[in-house]
Amino acid sequence: MDELQELVERVLARDFAAVGRAISLVEDRRPRASERSERLLQLLRTSGRAAAGHCLGLTGPPGAGKSTLVSALARVARRRALSVGVLAVDPSSPRSGGALLGDRVRIEGDPDDELLYVRSMASGGDLGGLARAAGAAVEVLTAAYELVVVETVGVGQSETDVEHVSDTVVLVVQPASGDLLQFIKAGILEIPDVLVVNKLDLGPVATRAAAELRAALAATHPGRQASVPPVVLTSAATSDGVDELLDRCAEHRAQLAATGALEAERAARRRRWAYRLFRDWAGARGVQQLGGRAHAEARLALLLGEGRSAWGAASALAEQR
Amino acid sequence: MRTYSGHSTPKASNELYRANLAKGQTGLSVAFDLPTQTGYDSDASFARGEVGKTGVPIDSLGDLRELFEGLQLEQMNTSMTINATAAWLLALYVALAEEQGATLSKLRGTTQNDIIKEYLSRGTYVFPPEPSLRLIADMIEYTVEHLPEFNPVNVCSYHLQEAGATPEQEIAYALGTAIAVLDTVQARGVSQASLDKVFGRVSFFLNSNLRFIDEVCKQRAFARLWDKLGLERYGVQDAKLRRFRYGVQVNSLGLTEAQPENNIIRIVLEMLGVTLSRDARARAIQLPAWNEALGLPRPWDQQLSLRAQQILAYESDLLEHADIFEGSVVIERRTSELAAAAWAEVEAVLARGGIVQAVAEGYVKERLVAANAARLVAIEQGTQIVVGVNEFRESEPSPLLEAGSVDAILRVDPASEAEQIERLQRWRAGRDSAAVASALEALERAAREGSNLMPPSIAAAKAGVTTGEWANTLRGVFGEYRAPTGVSGASTPETLQEQLTRLRAELDDLTEQLGRRPKLLVGKPGLDGHSNGAEQIALRARDAGFEVVYEGIRVSPKELARAAADEGVHLVGLSILSGAHLELVGETLERLRALGLGELPVVVGGIIPEEDAALLRARGVRAVFTPKDYRIGQIIEQLIALVRSTSLPKAG
Ligand code: B12
Ligand SMILES: Nc1nc2c(ncn2[C@@H]2O[C@H](COP(=O)(O)OP(=O)(O)O)[C@@H](O)[C@H]2O)c(=O)[nH]1
Ligand SMILES: [Mg+2]
Repeated sequence: MDELQELVERVLARDFAAVGRAISLVEDRRPRASERSERLLQLLRTSGRAAAGHCLGLTGPPGAGKSTLVSALARVARRRALSVGVLAVDPSSPRSGGALLGDRVRIEGDPDDELLYVRSMASGGDLGGLARAAGAAVEVLTAAYELVVVETVGVGQSETDVEHVSDTVVLVVQPASGDLLQFIKAGILEIPDVLVVNKLDLGPVATRAAAELRAALAATHPGRQASVPPVVLTSAATSDGVDELLDRCAEHRAQLAATGALEAERAARRRRWAYRLFRDWAGARGVQQLGGRAHAEARLALLLGEGRSAWGAASALAEQR
Repeated sequence: MRTYSGHSTPKASNELYRANLAKGQTGLSVAFDLPTQTGYDSDASFARGEVGKTGVPIDSLGDLRELFEGLQLEQMNTSMTINATAAWLLALYVALAEEQGATLSKLRGTTQNDIIKEYLSRGTYVFPPEPSLRLIADMIEYTVEHLPEFNPVNVCSYHLQEAGATPEQEIAYALGTAIAVLDTVQARGVSQASLDKVFGRVSFFLNSNLRFIDEVCKQRAFARLWDKLGLERYGVQDAKLRRFRYGVQVNSLGLTEAQPENNIIRIVLEMLGVTLSRDARARAIQLPAWNEALGLPRPWDQQLSLRAQQILAYESDLLEHADIFEGSVVIERRTSELAAAAWAEVEAVLARGGIVQAVAEGYVKERLVAANAARLVAIEQGTQIVVGVNEFRESEPSPLLEAGSVDAILRVDPASEAEQIERLQRWRAGRDSAAVASALEALERAAREGSNLMPPSIAAAKAGVTTGEWANTLRGVFGEYRAPTGVSGASTPETLQEQLTRLRAELDDLTEQLGRRPKLLVGKPGLDGHSNGAEQIALRARDAGFEVVYEGIRVSPKELARAAADEGVHLVGLSILSGAHLELVGETLERLRALGLGELPVVVGGIIPEEDAALLRARGVRAVFTPKDYRIGQIIEQLIALVRSTSLPKAG
């Protein structure tokens, strides 16, 4: 067994130090490292455990309580004996490239608990909401842990990045913040699979916000009652509603699996993510040269079909060009 | 005059108190150890190495009994520096007083009980802000009724200045704190007469630094705004009740490690700011020692500071005059300026929904971190002169620092921890466990139902409940809190662009070579609350281009090692000012090795005596930084070089 195979074995055995090393490897952009990280991901993909875990993507405006909620989710999931991997993405400064990754604290885990893993990552500046390596990191995490939670910040376009890497997108808002109205206007309500109004402990403002949200959803999904995403009220502070949130997310995934959509969804997602990476390198002109987005995505789909990671496919296409 | 004291065990502290009282000291000022202040029993894992270090450990009524052995509480005036667990310590105090047959209404004393400055500076908080404020209001309600001579709250701006606050900020956030407390009490529907009494009972604890003219004006502005608040916001008609009552400890943050004897001159000048003006004179003054930045002072060092006060009081003519600033246009102008600026900041805080919200959002802490960064950058760039540090550095050898004198800084006997744990275990074995369980149940019920927590706490004290049990029961209901670090919202001042540009280029280059951005874990292990240094390092490192993982204070070595493994960092930097560096660094290195991270470079910063620094280096620590390394830019440069030399494959 070579070094990478051994690393993969240990990742699959949920050895947190190995998971840490594997993610550091997929973050490494040196050419030699990317060959190795490509191979690592391939080994994971062919291990039979690839993407076994359920990935939730938590997004929403700063201050909504995402970090606190991730902590509560981790706690409740661990109580259900699920292994948990967390990826917290914080913005990096466009000027220095530096970042402060401090939100980890809110995840009050037991340092002896080997089945709760927490990693933070800076958004890196080259992509809006998620770090370049986030997709690959999620592949590592979903191979190792049963529940994976990705937290991202940012309002507006980049917020939707999280949908490229997660099975279930969860939008978190807080009551009485005005954010809600903005989301409704910006059409962002189309994206999430589950909506959360957090800070239930603040009282009537929270229940009112949930009612408004339900009304807005009914309006944006006319005649599609079945596809209206559920709205869950939580208090990350007291853990109220967090069990229900986990249940709703599990139902969403079960639905995807039942309709056979899970695999197709994941493939589509990986293609979109690869496209995002490719466009980031090649620019709009690079996409034009290939005959537009549809063509680029088709070429990427082929490369992905050969077993490459999103990142590998994007860089291969960039080279082929 | 009284000295703030307490150490190792209740018994040892009792002997100290009796000796001090015999010498004519008029009251007691009790210092508690950090486990007691943060609601842990002496045998909790977080308490390891901390028991009896910064003050006396109190685990139960038995400990308090021993602490006050032979002393009549009814005759004492006891000041307790206790905050998050203040309600508990007061409950123990009341239980003991009842045991002694004292008349409760005669009990005199103070609990510090200012939780807001704990989130912002001092660090011994436990519960989230809302329930913490409720505990304070419960205590006020209880004392106003049963202990009318007791001061339940002492609002501290002292600690804010030690965390970098400007005079305006010091005034604004302290008043914001008083407003939060008074509003909570008012919201409970007390009568105007009670509100008047509560207002009159609120006292303050201020700071005063070397800009002593400014400090004179700050105290005047404080008094003016307090009077205005009393009259306008709370309708207190009696002018006597609106008097601004305060004590002062003068500034320590500006005392230096370099040429430490200069500090005695600084201390004297600082003292002038709180004594010169009769209309703005502190009721009580505490002075630090000349060797403040070296370690805990010895009795002789404290004596020197005491003598400074006595010389001013008895040899000078200061006390013979009325206010010497009366009619001064300069003082009046500056006072109005400060009052206006501070009031604007009070309004900014109120606009955010009050100090509790402003703290929880991180706003206030960010302002403090930014103010401290501005101060440190000015020193680094030489626009603010600190004698012996960035100017006039040449020095004759100091006889005070000759071998043999410095290593005599006070050290605490580690055996006392074991002794205290044994006491605690005996206590647990000897009590009625059914009574303990039902007392804790009653406490939990009251916490959930919202009734006053003092009566069930007093009952718990009598039943033999321990400090950790009391705090854990409330943790279960209220949750445990972590305050914002303030680093994310602050940034390095613009004046440092040149340095930052250079560091960024270096880090970009290193990022290319490493394949990913250098990642630094800044850790504060143990119960140590000194966060200034860690915050400033984290801030500068981030602005230079590091990815910085900083989780705030009170993270255990085990958690730090785990974070290093999970996060895949290139470098770990520990910040320790509590004096527990040998234990904490040792344990962190051990934990890292156990996770296969023995090669990961570790650096340490803080109050580290030179001989300890050598020991740490011998154990594998790559570099040790102390306050002498005041150029943070140079520290960051060294960190970059260290990552370069440890994370890159050695060239050919
Ligand atoms: C400010 C201060 C406080 C403030 C802290 C505010 C805060 N949030 O930080 C307050 C008032 C709250 C406070 C409280 C206490 N304090 Co105090 N405090 C100080 C003081 C005056 C200055 C420390 C400071 O902030 N310096 C400025 C910063 C920027 O410097 P620095 O931390 O040293 O960091 C520099 C280097 O060390 C290095 N560095 C530091 N960390 C790191 C990390 C990395 C990764 C790197 C690379 C470098 C690095 O780089 C920095 C840049 O130069 C010192 C004495 C002194 N003058 O040094 C006492 C001192 C540290 N305190 C002391 C004590 C005893 C206490 C209390 C226990 C008092 C009490 N009985 O209540 C409490 C404890 C509270 C708690 N929860 O732990 C003692 C410690 C004794 C010991 N080590 O043996 C000291 C030494 C004073 C003394 N002589 O008695 N304190
Ligand atoms: N009252 C209340 N406050 C919460 C809750 N969840 C989070 N918060 C607070 O909201 C603030 C922002 O939380 P955080 O998790 O950092 O939000 P994020 O920016 O979305 O990650 C913090 O002060 C939290 O303590 C909740 O359920 N109830
Ligand atoms: Mg967050």
